[in-house]
Amino acid sequence: MAQVKEYIGKVKPDWCPGCGDFAVLNALQRALADLDIAPHNVQVVSGIGCSSNLPGFINAYGFHGLHGRSLPVATGARLGNHDLTVIATGGDGDGYGIGVGHFVHTCRRNVNMTYIVMDNQVYGLTTGQASPTTEKDIVTKSTPEGTIEIALSPIALALTCGATYVARGFSGDNLHLAQMIKGAIEHKGFALVDVFSPCVTYNKHNTYPWFRERVYKLEDEKHDTADFRLAMEKAFEWGARIPLGLFYKVERPTYEDEEPALRSGTPLAKQPLQRTDLAAIMEDFI
Amino acid sequence: MPSNSNSNHRDVDYVFRVGGEGGEGVISTGEMLTQTLARAGYDIYTFRTYPAEIKGGHANYQVRASGKVLLSYGAAVDVLLAFNQEAYDKHIGDVRAGGVVLYDSDSFTAAARESLIYYPVPLTSLATEKIGVKLTKNIVALGVLGQLFDIPLPTFEHLLKERFGRKGETVVQKNLQALHVGAEYIAHQRKQDAILLGPGPRQTKSLILSGNESLCLGAIAVGCRVYAGYPITPASDIMEFLAKELPKLGGFVVQTEDEIAAIGAVLGASFAGAKAMTATSGPGFSLMTEMMGLGVVAEIPAVIVNVQRVGPSTGMPTKTEQGDLYLACYGGHGNCPRIVMALTSVEDCFYGIMRAFNMAEQFQLPVVVLSDASLGHRKATVPVPDLSRVPVIERRKPSLEELVNYKRYQYTPEHVSPMSVPGVSGGGYIAEGLEHDETGYPAASNHENHLRATNKRYGKFHAVEQMANELTRIYGEPHPEIGIIGWGSTEGVIREAVQLAQEKGYSVGALHPKILYPQPLAKLTEFLQGTKAVIIPEVNYSGQFATLLRKRFAYDFVQLNKCIGLPFTPKEILDKIEEVAAHVHSGRRSSAYAAKL
Repeated sequence: MAQVKEYIGKVKPDWCPGCGDFAVLNALQRALADLDIAPHNVQVVSGIGCSSNLPGFINAYGFHGLHGRSLPVATGARLGNHDLTVIATGGDGDGYGIGVGHFVHTCRRNVNMTYIVMDNQVYGLTTGQASPTTEKDIVTKSTPEGTIEIALSPIALALTCGATYVARGFSGDNLHLAQMIKGAIEHKGFALVDVFSPCVTYNKHNTYPWFRERVYKLEDEKHDTADFRLAMEKAFEWGARIPLGLFYKVERPTYEDEEPALRSGTPLAKQPLQRTDLAAIMEDFI
Repeated sequence: MPSNSNSNHRDVDYVFRVGGEGGEGVISTGEMLTQTLARAGYDIYTFRTYPAEIKGGHANYQVRASGKVLLSYGAAVDVLLAFNQEAYDKHIGDVRAGGVVLYDSDSFTAAARESLIYYPVPLTSLATEKIGVKLTKNIVALGVLGQLFDIPLPTFEHLLKERFGRKGETVVQKNLQALHVGAEYIAHQRKQDAILLGPGPRQTKSLILSGNESLCLGAIAVGCRVYAGYPITPASDIMEFLAKELPKLGGFVVQTEDEIAAIGAVLGASFAGAKAMTATSGPGFSLMTEMMGLGVVAEIPAVIVNVQRVGPSTGMPTKTEQGDLYLACYGGHGNCPRIVMALTSVEDCFYGIMRAFNMAEQFQLPVVVLSDASLGHRKATVPVPDLSRVPVIERRKPSLEELVNYKRYQYTPEHVSPMSVPGVSGGGYIAEGLEHDETGYPAASNHENHLRATNKRYGKFHAVEQMANELTRIYGEPHPEIGIIGWGSTEGVIREAVQLAQEKGYSVGALHPKILYPQPLAKLTEFLQGTKAVIIPEVNYSGQFATLLRKRFAYDFVQLNKCIGLPFTPKEILDKIEEVAAHVHSGRRSSAYAAKL
């Protein structure tokens, strides 16, 4: 088995002390080590935001692209070379705000990859505005009178859009989080791990103690992860009790399974150029 | 009825136009006529306008056939086939004096003009009474054309068998019958015109391709195996073509949720080591600009095709324009060097897209390829492509030595760095959209580094500009009195206008670059020297290329802008040449008289 240290990048994370994202980075490195996936076969793709800086802190191939656009790039990278373990990372603004259109369709497409969203319910890198998962009536820099919109439910959205592995972790429980990520990487299909990753600087409402008082684990309550209706019900459970763990998991053919070119084996990026068939196509145009 | 062939088929040069109700087979009639003319050995050049609506509305299809190489869709119509009154009314003004009008006399009665020759043919009743299928009126009409103008009927027959073979023998027989019903009918009428084609001069095989089809074949030939795109007129048929063909070659098409995702997937796939492209039109291209900047700063090979249509906004989706040059060159924020090239002909679509991939790989940046609706959707005869003309270039990979302390964005004399692909041990790096150092690590607060990195990215332009010079074509006189500078799909029509002007004794020459950004400055400088006036024809309102050239040259260019959603005719350019020549010779300032069409 690989060692966690093999996945540690050359640059130290510059997140605020106490940021939930440290735990996510650590849990991801732990999961990769457990699964013994060589760093050069790991492709981490992100958007923009505090959490999207993660590829810079892990020893692997990385792609730090545009705000909200990690999933299309990750999809392309995976389809270009489906031998790679592809992991997309980002925050709630990146994934559920500006990039939500891609999220919807990537769930539907069921490309075999893992999407880890460090959900801190606030825009951190731009210093504290309301995000798509900010709860109603919360005061932020952009909502001095409190937010008007209700919060989006990432779990419910992923479920309705066809994600085949839908889980939630918490930066306050690193071992459990690593388990969720490990399960997501092992899962064949599009896996979402939404992580409560508190922003200690700009979210004074959803803090570590706030979560600790409320979270419980679905697996402790014999939750049936094959029951879609139950998963939807649990997705909306919020308030006094908030569930963590695996909400739903189903086997469905992946995009790679359904695409003949990918099913056949050799990744596109490794195929030599064949020109012999061009003549056959040209016959149609004489 | 004579059936002897034209004694000199090289002199054949006729424009046929078919018009009628959309959805009633006007387009397929035009296509079958085109294919037959091409197979009969003629050079063909089509032009079609179609309504934005799917069914109904007026549709027409034009094909010019010639024994010589064709450069434009021509001028006046020689033969009009009108299925209804609307088609007749819309197009009759375009028919030349002495031209021929064939029409469905069951549909309407034409008020005959003296200068024209009329053949009223009861196409609908021939189809319903003799064949029993109304829509075979199209095939009846083809039979009429074939017999009347000596377009070889066996070539039509062969095509009908091919086209309807899948629908069974009965359908084939009905269509063959319809062809002969038409031929038989007109054989008994007196021939009043002198148009006769016979077999054409070309003996070798050639392909009949639209610009978009030619582009797809070129992309396949150069190794593109991933296409990501979102449907948009007039680029969708590129996606449809590749969706059919790429899987046979181990590749595939991803239809994404929008154009941002399309170019995102292209960058991701290219980053992973596959050759990938996307194609779109103006609205989608606007959405792609941010991602294009990412491709530039992260230095990822990518090919982005923009089949331009009329803008801004949704504009006129099925009509042509050269209006996206500013966006192609300067779209997006920051200092952002990308390569912009324009395709000039159906044949150039094949070799041009190959060059685009090669440049993307060689220089590790996005290459924007501008086509337009008129080029993408017109068909032309093209010699079977010669793959050896454009060798395939692959991106620079790191050597084993370079993988020790690998620097993805290493500074090199040619400004191109070794690019590792995921899966290679020791080659790990971050493709970084933030400003970064040689290793790829963000350097968002390092002021000096930003200049050095920007220099690196622009440094690639030295070599590209060389290529731009090499790929610039000159037609007519190399050092003319009246110069013309064009770009993209206007190449053919400009060449034809130059030929016409030279025949009239004018000193004219045209320069046509294939790479527009960076500009072929050496070639442009040389060309401008000694000219008395230079005309820049563009199918747009403001003269986008002229504006770009004015930034580099203190020259009083004469703009010729056409902004009605249609391409130029040779005459429009010729007229401008004559007008400018008159001003030059009378010593007046030429551009003061520039007017919009």
